[in-house]
Amino acid sequence: MEELYRIENLGKSFGNKKVLQNINLKIFKGEIFTFMGPSGVGKTTLLRLLNLLEMPTTGTLIFDGNDNAILQKNNVMRRMSMLFQRPAIFNTSVFNNVAYGLEIRKVDKKTIEKKVIDALAIVGLAGCEKQKALTLSGGEAQRMAFARAIVFKPDVLLLDEPTANLDPANVAKIEDIIRKIRNELGTTIILASHNIHQVRRLADRVGILLNGELIEVNTKEQIFTHPFDARSYAFINGEIIY
Amino acid sequence: MSTADFLVQGIIKAFELIFSLNPYIMSITGVSIQVSGMATALATLTAIPLAFVISFMKFWGKQALITLINTGLGLPPVFVGLFVFLMIVPVGPLGFLNIVYTKEAMILAQYILITPIITGISLAAIKAVPKLIIETVYTLGGTEKDAAVATLKEARFGIITAVLAGLGRALAEVGAILIVGGNIARTGSVGRIGEGLSETRTLTTAITSETSKGDISTSIALGIILICLVLSVNVLANYFQRRD
Repeated sequence: MEELYRIENLGKSFGNKKVLQNINLKIFKGEIFTFMGPSGVGKTTLLRLLNLLEMPTTGTLIFDGNDNAILQKNNVMRRMSMLFQRPAIFNTSVFNNVAYGLEIRKVDKKTIEKKVIDALAIVGLAGCEKQKALTLSGGEAQRMAFARAIVFKPDVLLLDEPTANLDPANVAKIEDIIRKIRNELGTTIILASHNIHQVRRLADRVGILLNGELIEVNTKEQIFTHPFDARSYAFINGEIIY
Repeated sequence: MSTADFLVQGIIKAFELIFSLNPYIMSITGVSIQVSGMATALATLTAIPLAFVISFMKFWGKQALITLINTGLGLPPVFVGLFVFLMIVPVGPLGFLNIVYTKEAMILAQYILITPIITGISLAAIKAVPKLIIETVYTLGGTEKDAAVATLKEARFGIITAVLAGLGRALAEVGAILIVGGNIARTGSVGRIGEGLSETRTLTTAITSETSKGDISTSIALGIILICLVLSVNVLANYFQRRD
C-alpha cells in the first residue's frame, strides 16, 4: 500500500505541558485509520497536527512523500479536509456552505453547482440547497459539513469525534457516509474516537493513544482480539477510565 | 396664553414648517446629514480595517491601541471640539488647511468622536465570530485572507450595527461641532421664523440657538426631524442586531 503520511518522533507541547510525544506512524492511502483512546489523551491535537492546523514541537511529518509539508503548509492543506465534533456553520444557505471550498479554489460556477448537488446527494441532503444552514438539525448540520469537506475531493479527511453529539439514527447515517466516501471517492479517512463500537464498525487499522503516546498500532482484528500491549487490552475491556 | 396653548401652537407651527419644506429647516437638515454622513463614511473606512488589523495581527503596542480605542468611546465632545479647534486655528499645526468654521472642520471633529465607537463595536462583533469558523476556513484550504473575508461576512450584521451607532452618535452630537463649526447660517434668521440658509448649522446646534432666541416652533420642528432621523437609524440598527 502507498504511504500518505509518515510521522517520525512527532511531539507537541503547550508551554511546559507535553501533550504528545514520540509518535511514529505510517498511514496508507485509501484506508480508514482510527485513533482510539479516552478523552484528553491528545487525539484532537494529533489530528490538528496531521491537518497542519498546529505545528509540531518535535519530529517530522511527511505527507505523500513531501518532507517539506510543514513549510509548504498552504498547498498541502488544500489537499486535506477536517471535521470537528460540532460543525461550524457559515450564516448563509446550505449551497453556499458546501460551495465554499470550491469558491476559494476559483472553480467556475457551473462546476460548483454540479459538485455541490453531487456532494449533497452523497450525504442525503439533496434538495436542501436553498435552506438556511443555521436551521438544520444537529445531524443534518454534520452531514452538510461532510458535504462541504468532500466537495473538493480532498486526499484525506480527518474526523474528530464526528458523531459525539448525535443520536443513534444519525450516527448510523454518518457512518454510512464515511464508508461511502472511502469506497466511492477513495479518500483516506483518519478518525479520532473514544467509541470502541464505532471503531470496530469502521476502522481498517487502529492506533491506541494513552497519555500522549501511541502505545499500539495494528489492524482492527488484531487490536480487538489479541492486542500486544496490556494497556490496549485494558482500554478495550473498559478497565481504563479517565 | 397658557403653557399648553403655547406648546400646541409651537407644535402646529413646527409641522407647518416641516411640511412646507421650509428652506431654512431643510438646509439645516441637509448640513446635518451631509456632515454626519461624511464623518461616518470616513470613520467606517478607518474603523473596520483597524478592527481587522487588531483582531488578526500581532504587533507591538496592540494593547495600548485597544486601551486608546476604549478611552475614545467615552470622549467628551466639547473636549474633542476644543482639541480640533486648537489644531485648525491659523496658528495651530493644521492652520494651513484654513477650515475653521467650515463643514470640513465639523466632519473632522465628528470623525474623531465616532471612529473609536465604530472600531470598538466592530471589534466586539469580530471577536464574537466563533474561532471554529476561522479554523473551518483553514481546514477547507482557505488562506488568512479567506479567513478575514469569512469573518467579515459572519460579523456583517454586528459591523453594520457599529456603523449605525456611529451615525446615530454623529447626528445627535452638538458640543464639538458647535465649537469648530460656529453654528453659522448664511443670512441669519433673526426676527422672522424659519428664515436664512444653513452654512455650518446642524439640527442640534440650531436647536440650541433657536431656543435661546425664543423661536420655539423652529426648535420643535428641528427636534422632530432630529428625533425621526435618530429613530430611523436606531430602528435599522435594531433590525440588524436581531438578524445577527
